[in-house]
Amino acid sequence: MSQTLDPTTVDSADPVVDLDALDAARERLASDDAVLRMSATEAEERSGYQPPTDEGIGERMIMNMGPQHPSTHGVLRLELELDGEIVVQCRPIIGYLHTGMEKTGEELTYLQGPTNVTRMDYAAPLFNELVFSLATEELLGIEVPERAQWIRTLMCEVNRISSHMLFMATNGMDLGAVGMMLYGWREREELLRFLEMVTGLRMNHNYIRPGGVAADLPDGWAEHLDSVLGVLPERLEEFDTLMTGQPIWRERLQGVGVITAEEAISLGATGPILRSTGYAWDLRRDLPYLCYDQLDFDVVVGTYGDSFDRYSIRLAEIRESIRIVRQCMDKMPDGDYRIQDKKVTPPPRARSDDSMEALIHPFKIFTEGFKVPEGEVYVAVENPRGELGCYLVSDGSSHPVRMHIRAPSFVNLQTLPHLMQDSLIADTVAIVSSVDPIMGDVDR
Amino acid sequence: MAGEDGATGDGAPEEPAQPGADPVEEQMLHGVPVSDSRGQEVLHPDRDGYRALVERLRADGYWVAVDLCGVDYLGTPGRRGLPASVQPERFEVVVNLLDHRARRRTRLRVQVPESDPTVPSLVEVHPGLEASERETHDLMGISFDGHPDLSRILLPDDWEGHPLRKDESTGRIPVQFKVGSSGAGGRP
Repeated sequence: MSQTLDPTTVDSADPVVDLDALDAARERLASDDAVLRMSATEAEERSGYQPPTDEGIGERMIMNMGPQHPSTHGVLRLELELDGEIVVQCRPIIGYLHTGMEKTGEELTYLQGPTNVTRMDYAAPLFNELVFSLATEELLGIEVPERAQWIRTLMCEVNRISSHMLFMATNGMDLGAVGMMLYGWREREELLRFLEMVTGLRMNHNYIRPGGVAADLPDGWAEHLDSVLGVLPERLEEFDTLMTGQPIWRERLQGVGVITAEEAISLGATGPILRSTGYAWDLRRDLPYLCYDQLDFDVVVGTYGDSFDRYSIRLAEIRESIRIVRQCMDKMPDGDYRIQDKKVTPPPRARSDDSMEALIHPFKIFTEGFKVPEGEVYVAVENPRGELGCYLVSDGSSHPVRMHIRAPSFVNLQTLPHLMQDSLIADTVAIVSSVDPIMGDVDR
Repeated sequence: MAGEDGATGDGAPEEPAQPGADPVEEQMLHGVPVSDSRGQEVLHPDRDGYRALVERLRADGYWVAVDLCGVDYLGTPGRRGLPASVQPERFEVVVNLLDHRARRRTRLRVQVPESDPTVPSLVEVHPGLEASERETHDLMGISFDGHPDLSRILLPDDWEGHPLRKDESTGRIPVQFKVGSSGAGGRP
């Protein structure tokens, strides 16, 4: 029962598409008319039932799904044009959670930045902090100590598991496997408890900061994490029993919301959506950052590019992440958890008793912030949903001129109309769920 | 958009800010100046050659347009790192491209003048940039010629202005600190 997964793991498969196929996919995307393009007023005029026309277009109806629909994971609104039960066109309407975080980021110092960005993708907050910190460090030209790198890797992988657990819970709930919701959330809670033990908060940790991490791992972290990881494998077996091999589950997901690798690449889709098509692309392996080049893990890919593959990839990625976390626990080096650079980090508390400068320094760092040399940089990491990037521009002051986050959910959402075209209205829920958009990340 | 001093493309304040002791070596790729930013390759096409360059890079293997965003350099006109032949303007459109096979990235920075903030759209080359271009239009007020649906994406349709521009204020809610309160819910 344990390995009834379709996805195969590959280690060194090179990307398998060529330019002609990409061109064809681009043509197809441009001509498939999947995206509903009309203004809000026009949509209002045409809302409701439309009788068949002389041109042969049958009965149509424009329907709004959301923004308060439970399966839209927050506040996503889908404008659907329906032909009976079939979705003809679709347009995702977003912006309900837009709070101008990129603008806010320009007002905050680099040290305050992680507090802001961590609220974007609230299911995977540590990745946001990580990408912002990596970009800042790139601009500063500093390298954080080895232990800090390993702590970051470890924490991010724990966060990846918790984020995928949230997916398992919501995906199950969306498809009517309500029991799964409880199990997914239960497992996620265990992981969040570990994150809370280390960072002090369940979410929005502000733990990874430019220069390292906020605090060293507390005493007993390894035992705690070990006990959490110990129960996960058998719980994952339960997930398999509950969902993977279950005929209803397979019927609802297999062949639903299919996308090809070429289409996914053309649309900029990353993460499990791209990998579900059999295309092995994972920044952790292909453009390694942190300690991923010293770790042994597989990139999990699917075959059919459907919702079932996207589900099973995430399930398999949990297992891979457990492997990575275990390796991090074994390899965790001793050392400092943050860089001892007076410009970036405040000196240790003990030193402020006998040094006037050490007393002043934290004060200056926390009120004025540190200055970052002029320049611009783009850094990307593999978030549970795909490529999370940060484009950071500095003019030499303590605030960024521009802080742009390339949000994977935002870009991945563009696949929705193409995934949904000609599918049944009942399948829209399965498709939205399998794209796994986090609206905080979409709207920022 | 009332331009503030030093931001308009008249170029007078920009030139002296370029320190002479910082010569950027002029390298070219596909006829476009190349610079290096913290080890990352940056191309500086002009607006006319921009689309053709992206098309050409796509044929070279940069299949994925990862990201597109706008930057407003109002208030920081003198920029280091630009090749000497590139005239800095108020806005920049930044495109990040990714080559899966060679596992490398490149970045395009296009100077966009304040007087005519328009660039050709890349949607026909990379359909995945549609949302990013809409976002840049919405928040930064840069138009993309040839975009199929250049409407607001994050803000309401009747919103005025473009919040990521530097001359738009952040907006604040005044915080009233209570005097002499004894804990939560205390009255002044």
